[in-house]
Amino acid sequence: MGIRFSQYDPERFYDELYEEKGQPRPGSTLLLKKLASLPEGELRKRQEAAERVILNMGMTFSIYGSNNGHEQIFPFDIVPRIVTASDWERIDSGLCQRIRALNLFINDVYHDQKILKDGVIPAELIYTSKSFLQPCMGLQPPRGIWCHIAGIDLVRISDGRYYVLEDNTRCPSGVAYVLEARQVMKRTFPELFEAYRVRPVDGYPSQLLETLRSLSELPDPTIVILTPGIFNSAYYEHSLLAQKMGVELVEANDLVVVDGFVHKRTTKGSQRVDVIYRRINDDYLDPLAFRRDSLLGVPGLMESYKRGRVALANSPGTGVSDDKAIYAYVPKIINYYLAEEPILPNVPTYLCSDRRDRTYVLEHLDQLVVKATNEAGGYGMMIGPHASKQEREDCARRIEADPRNYIAQPTLALSRVPTLVDDHLEGRHVDLRPYVLYGRDVSVLPGGMTRVALRKGSLVVNSSQGGGNKDTWVLS
Amino acid sequence: MLSRVASSIYWLNRYIERAENYARFIEVNLNMTLDLPRGTMEQWEPLVFTTGDHESFAGRYGKPTKETVIQFLLADPANPNSILSCLVAARENARSVREVISSDMWEQVNRFYLMVRDALSNGWSRQSLHTFLTEVKANSHLFLGITDATMSHGEGWHFARLGRLLERADKTSRILDVKYFMLLPTVDEVGTPFDIIQWSALLKSASALEMYYKRFGRIAPDDVTAFLILDSTFPRAIRYCLIKSEDSLHAISGSEHGAYQNHAEKRLGRLRAELDFGDLEDCLTGGLHEFLDRFQGQINFVGDAICETFFAPRPIHIHSTIVGAEAQ
Repeated sequence: MGIRFSQYDPERFYDELYEEKGQPRPGSTLLLKKLASLPEGELRKRQEAAERVILNMGMTFSIYGSNNGHEQIFPFDIVPRIVTASDWERIDSGLCQRIRALNLFINDVYHDQKILKDGVIPAELIYTSKSFLQPCMGLQPPRGIWCHIAGIDLVRISDGRYYVLEDNTRCPSGVAYVLEARQVMKRTFPELFEAYRVRPVDGYPSQLLETLRSLSELPDPTIVILTPGIFNSAYYEHSLLAQKMGVELVEANDLVVVDGFVHKRTTKGSQRVDVIYRRINDDYLDPLAFRRDSLLGVPGLMESYKRGRVALANSPGTGVSDDKAIYAYVPKIINYYLAEEPILPNVPTYLCSDRRDRTYVLEHLDQLVVKATNEAGGYGMMIGPHASKQEREDCARRIEADPRNYIAQPTLALSRVPTLVDDHLEGRHVDLRPYVLYGRDVSVLPGGMTRVALRKGSLVVNSSQGGGNKDTWVLS
Repeated sequence: MLSRVASSIYWLNRYIERAENYARFIEVNLNMTLDLPRGTMEQWEPLVFTTGDHESFAGRYGKPTKETVIQFLLADPANPNSILSCLVAARENARSVREVISSDMWEQVNRFYLMVRDALSNGWSRQSLHTFLTEVKANSHLFLGITDATMSHGEGWHFARLGRLLERADKTSRILDVKYFMLLPTVDEVGTPFDIIQWSALLKSASALEMYYKRFGRIAPDDVTAFLILDSTFPRAIRYCLIKSEDSLHAISGSEHGAYQNHAEKRLGRLRAELDFGDLEDCLTGGLHEFLDRFQGQINFVGDAICETFFAPRPIHIHSTIVGAEAQ
């Protein structure tokens, strides 16, 4: 038998499918039995078939700074990750709690700033955040909700608990891969979907559309997705979501503000737009409001938004809640606004802006992961145990030059999932990004993007840095 | 429909059609030269003239040979009209309107592109060339069929057809022009069996041989010319292309036939009327090549008007609409 399941060894890590060597977790028994029963070479064959489907679908992403043809096929592994119903229940309620609290926080920061006045968060931290936008002070987004679409990164470590690693409350990407991974898996393992009760993810586009519709008072608002264009790394997703929601995908040049209202340029003249799901950064939304040096964006958009003439999802300014230094305060934020204990804990975090924390970080660089507070996608990250002496020294210098811009966390032993390597399975580290929508109510997509670090021993799961994806099966 | 989207759909279809016609160009030349009497030089220069890219060719390759001409038309990434470049451009356009076209259409463009890229990455040989050209035509036909069968025949579809048929009208005129540039061994050979063989090779390259036979029965140079220019029902004939392009243009703008609302309709309407009320003699007076040349110029003119009317972002003055005006 090609796959040799009995030899798969979870080693010292928490394995999502195995309790210990030779002992599958209850939810995984069926899957592993099925995989083990496949004839020699069959799993590899199905992996290749899945990759062909992906290639023909044109499921690709671009990597910044790489020149070879802009696009790469999105790396995919056909062994799914399984999340049991009870685990999911906890995740679901934890994320709903978190997103409510973060929204109350953002609204407070841009209005009364009670949380700063009460000394729960140092005001200094807010004002020094690159994601805090002065022009957003006093904004009144529809129903006081700022962040409608969030992707929260979770990790599971040796104790078997899920922790929140990062909040992505600006323009989280990846949900297209969740939808497409499921399509590919249904073609690859139809028999497993018959045997398992996997919760469907296909409802996401219509949920998202409902969320966007909820931002307008009109019975039938015109909704568009605003993309930076085909060279953006997530263009594939923008296009897919537009297609699945039946709305138009626009670039900034397609939009123009006329008499205070946002219009799109069409073959029959300009037409009004009511709701914009924007996938471009705050900085490039409107050169009049944010970056006067920018040629990108829609001049006048912000003013139109302030006057309630167009709705934006997410609202500009939400980035203040996913600044990695402010992340450290989210448990306090939950406590402050909701008077509840966080259902999903944070990962312990050292703020380099704090003198005592900084000293600790600089003395333990070889054990810690250092992250820039305002970066995403794995950029600006230093993994101490895997870094060279030179890299650690460079990192120390950067921290000392701009302590506010760095945080550090212990290097976590991320859980692993068996992953096809050549003709056998090996454990690879994963995280999980579920997606949360906040329209008239909060809902969490039952599933999410399981990112897997395909390189042996690697802890970096970002697709821009050698990561791949797996389908995530939430059982009902 | 967004102007940018309309433009991308239009160009997507022009590029696919262009790729197909470049395959036909090479085919017509292969067919004609294969039948040349022994001892006659193969002629590849005519093909470069036909495409109108002779200056760009001469600048980089010098004297045309079979290898360089085919390389130039097939796989030269620096030639924006090579089959490879067309597919790259078609795919980029398709990628920017993926949410508007059907996913079947996108997957076909993507497969078409991957086929061309992979086939050309190893160079081409005499044997592989024929298969490759056939594949290019088949993939283009498949794309057309998928478009017709999976995309609503609304505004976007009309832009697609408009792009495809204007491109085809232009390219059919150029295929016809190959014969003008293609020298016969001697002047005496005009009208000889050998000349006839070339004309039927030309029809074959336009996939027109069978339909031509049904109408005229035997090969005669004038009939071939009349068929490819003036037939109103053969889908690769120039007049057919203009009739259907005009239908699409009017479907887009909503104006009635026989009237016009914009420059594009005006120019296309006049051009079509010229063929509707013209005959072969009108085309041949002053020379066929000159007629075709002028026709190609006018088609470009129509294309420009379409861009101006529907695609170009109209200048909008934003001064009155920005922050200041109302805040005071």
